[in-house]
Amino acid sequence: MQIVLEKRSQASSWMNVMSPVLAISLTVIMGGLIFATMGKPPLTALYLYFIDPLTSWWSIEEVLVKAGPLVLIGVGLAVCFKANVWNIGAEGQLTAGALMGAMVPILLGDWQSPWALVVMLLLGALGGAMFAFIPAWLKTRFGVNEILTSLMLVYIAQLLLDWMVRGPWKDPHGYNFPKSVAFEGWHLLPMWGDGRMHLGLVIALVVALVLYWLMRNNLKGFEVRVVGSAPRAGAFAGFSQTKMVWFCFALSGGLAGLAGLIEVAGPIGQLQPHISPSYGFTAIIVAFLGRLNPLGVVFAGLLLAVSYIGGEGVQIELGISDKTTQVFQGMLLFFILMCDTLILYRVRYLSGTQANTAGEPS
Amino acid sequence: MQNNSNNHHHTPLLRVTKLTKNFGDFVANDSLNLSIEAGKVHALLGENGAGKSTLVKMMYGSLQPTSGTIEWQGQSLTVANPAHARDLGIGMVFQHFSLFEALTVVENMSLALPPKLRQGNLSERIASLSSDYGLPLNPEALVADLSVGERQRIEIVRCLLQQPKLLIMDEPTAVLTPQEAQALFATLRRLVAEGCAVLYISHRLEEVKQICHDATILRLGQVVAEVDPQVETAATLAQLMVGASVHQINRQANNDVGPVLLELTHLNHRSSTPFGVDLLDINLSVKAGEILAIAGVAGNGQGELFGVISGEEGDRSDCSMVLMEQVCSGLNINQRRQLGAAFVPEERMGHGAVEHLSLTDNILLSRHACADTASPLNRGLMGIDRAQLATLNSTIGRDYDVRKGSEDAQAGALSGGNLQKFVVGRELNRKPKVLVINQPTWGVDAGAAALIRQALIDLSRQGSAILVISQDLDEIFELADTITVISRGQLSAGYAATQLSREDIGLMMAGSHEQNNAESGA
Repeated sequence: MQIVLEKRSQASSWMNVMSPVLAISLTVIMGGLIFATMGKPPLTALYLYFIDPLTSWWSIEEVLVKAGPLVLIGVGLAVCFKANVWNIGAEGQLTAGALMGAMVPILLGDWQSPWALVVMLLLGALGGAMFAFIPAWLKTRFGVNEILTSLMLVYIAQLLLDWMVRGPWKDPHGYNFPKSVAFEGWHLLPMWGDGRMHLGLVIALVVALVLYWLMRNNLKGFEVRVVGSAPRAGAFAGFSQTKMVWFCFALSGGLAGLAGLIEVAGPIGQLQPHISPSYGFTAIIVAFLGRLNPLGVVFAGLLLAVSYIGGEGVQIELGISDKTTQVFQGMLLFFILMCDTLILYRVRYLSGTQANTAGEPS
Repeated sequence: MQNNSNNHHHTPLLRVTKLTKNFGDFVANDSLNLSIEAGKVHALLGENGAGKSTLVKMMYGSLQPTSGTIEWQGQSLTVANPAHARDLGIGMVFQHFSLFEALTVVENMSLALPPKLRQGNLSERIASLSSDYGLPLNPEALVADLSVGERQRIEIVRCLLQQPKLLIMDEPTAVLTPQEAQALFATLRRLVAEGCAVLYISHRLEEVKQICHDATILRLGQVVAEVDPQVETAATLAQLMVGASVHQINRQANNDVGPVLLELTHLNHRSSTPFGVDLLDINLSVKAGEILAIAGVAGNGQGELFGVISGEEGDRSDCSMVLMEQVCSGLNINQRRQLGAAFVPEERMGHGAVEHLSLTDNILLSRHACADTASPLNRGLMGIDRAQLATLNSTIGRDYDVRKGSEDAQAGALSGGNLQKFVVGRELNRKPKVLVINQPTWGVDAGAAALIRQALIDLSRQGSAILVISQDLDEIFELADTITVISRGQLSAGYAATQLSREDIGLMMAGSHEQNNAESGA
């Protein structure tokens, strides 16, 4: 018997919807198996991981707080990947945006006005975009692969942040802890709920809706789809591949930078060596799980946010390392990419006489 | 080695029985029967998409049949892969060559040959074999410097080095001048005289009549006839291939030409890719009401010329193009469209249209910046005018007979001919004043080709200037008022179509008009 992948004559729209569902199911099953082999009760662990975070208001709030940056970065990356531009360095752009926006509270601490917050948000987006222009420039000028450059720049940004909070921007009254001054007043985002929900969540949702509309109904969205899938047809339509690379890095870098600023001006409230639990990398999974569609990204962002809170939950209740979060996220990306194969291919089992068990009801 | 075939006079060299190949739901070959005799040239005829390539790929082991048997010298077997086919004595010359341009002829050969044939002085063997068969070839030449005809000789000589019993040739003359084709036929005659069999794939009926002993005709994946090409006429063969008689093009002589609408003067252009063709001192002008055709063997700068005229190649040309009385330097493809020009590239899929986009999206592709619709298709923040796109789509579908599964199907779901009608219709619907079209009917069935050619003639008779780039001499004689020939990036002078014979064009394809290279380089 032989198993072959056979190209479908047309992409299956059914599998396009089913692929994330299948991937999530496989992740849950594999997760249960992992818990079981660790000697933990799998059903309890899975309940704690996926359901428990949604049973109390404060943990739902935490899920939303985590989903905010994931959605904001994820929608930018979704557009990027759709255009066949591979920005893997959103984590670095997030850090750069946070650093740039933090200039206002750290260097201009006395400037208290709503405009200060607006300037911080703009500087955050600008910082992320400018940092993303480095791989964009290297790609368009020298043809350097943007996957490598954007990824390696992450570590540069993180080390720069580390040095800034241990050196020039260390709080002089902070007992030598590696932290900046705490942001105050108009240098913080408006908060509500039990005190953790903030304006950033609204920004994320609005950005996702705007990008959804843009991708569907605007020529720019059309340009992204054409240039990404058929570069020569893009040239025939008069779209520039080079400009598309710049646009994608500006957009995704800017949104990542904005997310970084929102984190430090929201839940964290100051600069410190670690400002993100790898939101920039997790957003890559969010983008794919959301089918590179901004609305899908909103739901995917919520799901991945649950995985963060659930990871903390199992650590507290069952004493399992919070590294399980990364294991789950890794499995999810692995399965989603695997299941995506089924959109374009069907599986066939070949024996002497042909048995047909393709995954698509036709 | 060769006495096997001589012993069994009645056993064909190769026989396929009930050979079937499915790609998903699509049946590319539907229980085909075919036998090939040693010492004969066997023609395999059919339109594009009839299943010819699929069949020979199974014979050559690069595809595996879904069902059916292949017998080689009377023995049923599975051709596991191309290396196995070569061991059996089956050689194949593909339509598209796989040669490394940066390497020499002998280096390319030694890469492709099995180890035992690489031993000894390969250059010498290549030189003697090629002169023996009338295929002159310099073993030390760089492939990049060779013409397409010479590259084809490399592939043929490579097959001959392995002493094949069956040589499969996939549309070998598509890339040759008429004179080169005659030289190839002489080689093939010599080969069959020595007992080799040749499977000759073509859709050029005259040459099939000239050199083939048997012919099998495929249509829609099935064998529709086995005929003797010597007794059939080109017209009866065409009818068998197409399944119906072909529409006759209606073309009146055109005396009513107007002002020059497209003009290139002393245009030079350096190719953007290392092995592309540089354009040298191109001069041409197309008048309103005129069809100018550029003949030439593929790969002589046609793609580059198209890209320069459309504006896709960027602004490396030296501002020597005038379109609708405006100098075009610095204008991009959409600005040129706004001046009244329209473009149809050679590759319909991936260049002229995007496979997985709907037809309406594909209309948007080339027309989003054109100001010739009732209102702009791109309304900026108001979004895209979908209603108008849908109307355009149904108009184009009706006017150009685009057959599609659903009204707004994906481009990839259309057959080649229907997609080409759509891509041409999309531009003709604009009533462009200048149309530049590269290979208007390449790989298109005869019915669609006739419709497209008629539409081009009709447009020109309404006062548009049309520049046709084509490899197909029949098409050129059907369409052109004026003919020029491109060869190695140089364009001949234009001649009235009535003054030229095929032989004249053949000589120009081979470069009789080219300037001395040393002179032009200075």
